[in-house]
Amino acid sequence: MILLMGLASAGSLRAQIEKRDVNFEILGTVTMKKGDILWNLARRYYGDPLKWTLIKEKNKIPDERTIPIGIVIYIPTVEAKKIEKKVEEIIAEKKAFAPVTSVTASDTPSDDGKSVTITWELSPDDDKVSQYEILRSSTASGGFEPVGQVPAKTNQYVDERDLIRGNEYYYKVRATDKRGISADSQVFGPVKPVAQWFNEKYKFIGIAAIVFCGIIIYCIYHARRGQEFFVRRIAGIEAVDEAIGRATEMGRSILFLTGLSGIGSISTLAGLNILSRVARRAAEYDTPVLIPACDPFVMVVEREIVKGAHIDAGKLDTYKEDNIYFVSDDQFAYVAAVDGLMLRERPAAIFYMGYFFAESLILAETGNSTGAIQIAGTDSDTQLPFFIAACDYTLIGEELYAASAYLSREPLLLGSLKGQDWSKLVLIAAIVVGVILESFGIHWVSHFFSVP
Amino acid sequence: MKLRVPLILCFLCGLLMIVQFFIPHPPFTNMYEKLLDWAIIISIFTIVIGLSSLIKLHYTRIARKTPERPYSVVVFVGMAVMATVGIINGVNGKEFEWLFKNVQVPMQATMFSLLAFFIASAAYRAFRARTLEATLMLVAAIVVMFARVPIGSFLWQHIMPDSVLQWRENLPEDVAGWIFNVPSMAARRAILLGVSLGAVATSLKIMLGIERSYTGSGE
Repeated sequence: MILLMGLASAGSLRAQIEKRDVNFEILGTVTMKKGDILWNLARRYYGDPLKWTLIKEKNKIPDERTIPIGIVIYIPTVEAKKIEKKVEEIIAEKKAFAPVTSVTASDTPSDDGKSVTITWELSPDDDKVSQYEILRSSTASGGFEPVGQVPAKTNQYVDERDLIRGNEYYYKVRATDKRGISADSQVFGPVKPVAQWFNEKYKFIGIAAIVFCGIIIYCIYHARRGQEFFVRRIAGIEAVDEAIGRATEMGRSILFLTGLSGIGSISTLAGLNILSRVARRAAEYDTPVLIPACDPFVMVVEREIVKGAHIDAGKLDTYKEDNIYFVSDDQFAYVAAVDGLMLRERPAAIFYMGYFFAESLILAETGNSTGAIQIAGTDSDTQLPFFIAACDYTLIGEELYAASAYLSREPLLLGSLKGQDWSKLVLIAAIVVGVILESFGIHWVSHFFSVP
Repeated sequence: MKLRVPLILCFLCGLLMIVQFFIPHPPFTNMYEKLLDWAIIISIFTIVIGLSSLIKLHYTRIARKTPERPYSVVVFVGMAVMATVGIINGVNGKEFEWLFKNVQVPMQATMFSLLAFFIASAAYRAFRARTLEATLMLVAAIVVMFARVPIGSFLWQHIMPDSVLQWRENLPEDVAGWIFNVPSMAARRAILLGVSLGAVATSLKIMLGIERSYTGSGE
């Protein structure tokens, strides 16, 4: 019974397949034998067994596992042609996609011999390009490896990746579009990165440094010979003595903050210079100076400075190392600790001397609420308005650097101050001359002063 | 001699830094990198000093039973928890990250947010029109605020007659932009020029040993 049903089923399947319309181009025909499967036919005719579904679909075979023996299967060629056509189109497009031209590579000037600058003319098909990839090799014949990439409309790249000074390198640029099709330029090379003995980019800085340092050293030299200099009054610096005296009279401490920058910051060093003067006077009056530090490096220097000030004042016995301590290098943790200190200790005078960030106003307003006399000095132009609003006196910009000379009245330091003023005059004169010449269309001054 | 050696070292290191800035050729570039490495090594040692200073300060507070000792206990607990979690699970571990995101960051944000209130109180004092300068600052501040807040632009567009709007549609923004780009920028650049010269002079004074308070010897 089962056999009969099977035969009937096979007969109906054969009839169904034979009814198909052969309205497609064929590559050939195959009469199915025992062991033939569509997978093998696809592999034989297309080179790709996965295309067996194409044969099944065109021949309208309902079940590929029960194809009757002896039936003729038509191998369609239509899809094969389509694939072939598509490949041809891609090749044609690829051929049409023009590579970049005029690739040049040269040693980057004014460097330490570890970079090469590659330039090229954009591909005529730049609007199709998604990126340019830069490839490098140590031989012209091959072995190119990508070292970087830049977006379309860019025609320069500076290669700084693991270059060895004095070695020869070859470059080519690969333009790639969004589909991943790429076109390589011709190889350029060899190019050899070498180190230079002078950084041409900084020639103006060099000249300016020589001029300004020369003026300052000249003034220091005259100060050493006994020449007296007039220095204008700065209210904030004159108030330093008043603040120390106030703290002494009230029997309270002085709080000194040198900002959040490390020892490498020039404003921190200026703040430390002022600390040495303040600590000396405070030591003379036995007034404690509290210094919570946010940088352990700065804390160590502050301890040395305050200790030195006590030695100079002949009051080493009143020096307390624990008054200078590390709090935290985290900005707001430091602020929380210092605010707490202000509210608990209520220092009579607070100095902010150094580089400050967003914490400046939080600190200065808390200090203001305690009624302390506050003197700030910073070269951070963004924080100056906050200090001006919240403090009694503010040293603006360069006054921070001048304060140490004002406080000590040392001739050599005052000489440097005078040199600084003369340098400023030279700079102002250069600006005025530059503005006038630029207004008349003469650009060489502005070109000379510009730093690339 | 004790003072002279640091001064000589300071001068030589300063000179080396200047030379390497203008000469990008070996051996100066290598020496610059070496000096930076030394600075990192020295700063690691100072962290130990800083940490010992912190521990000593808070231990003394607890030992002396000062009124601030609860805060010192919090410092030790916080330090112990973070160190333990960091050592056991690593600083990239989930627990350490959780503590950072859910404890440290909110506390930092709390402190930072205080700034809004302090700006208001400082502005109140700064903008009291007692002098000509304060009055000018007040007027400039009002103009800038009016231009920067959305309601300022809204009011300008809806209150002003069409003839004024045709003349200058975004007058408050233009005026605020002018205040920022001309007088404010001029003042900032003047300050920065002075600061740059001050930095050059201070560096020179330190290099030449004229300013040597950082050595701790005072005058």
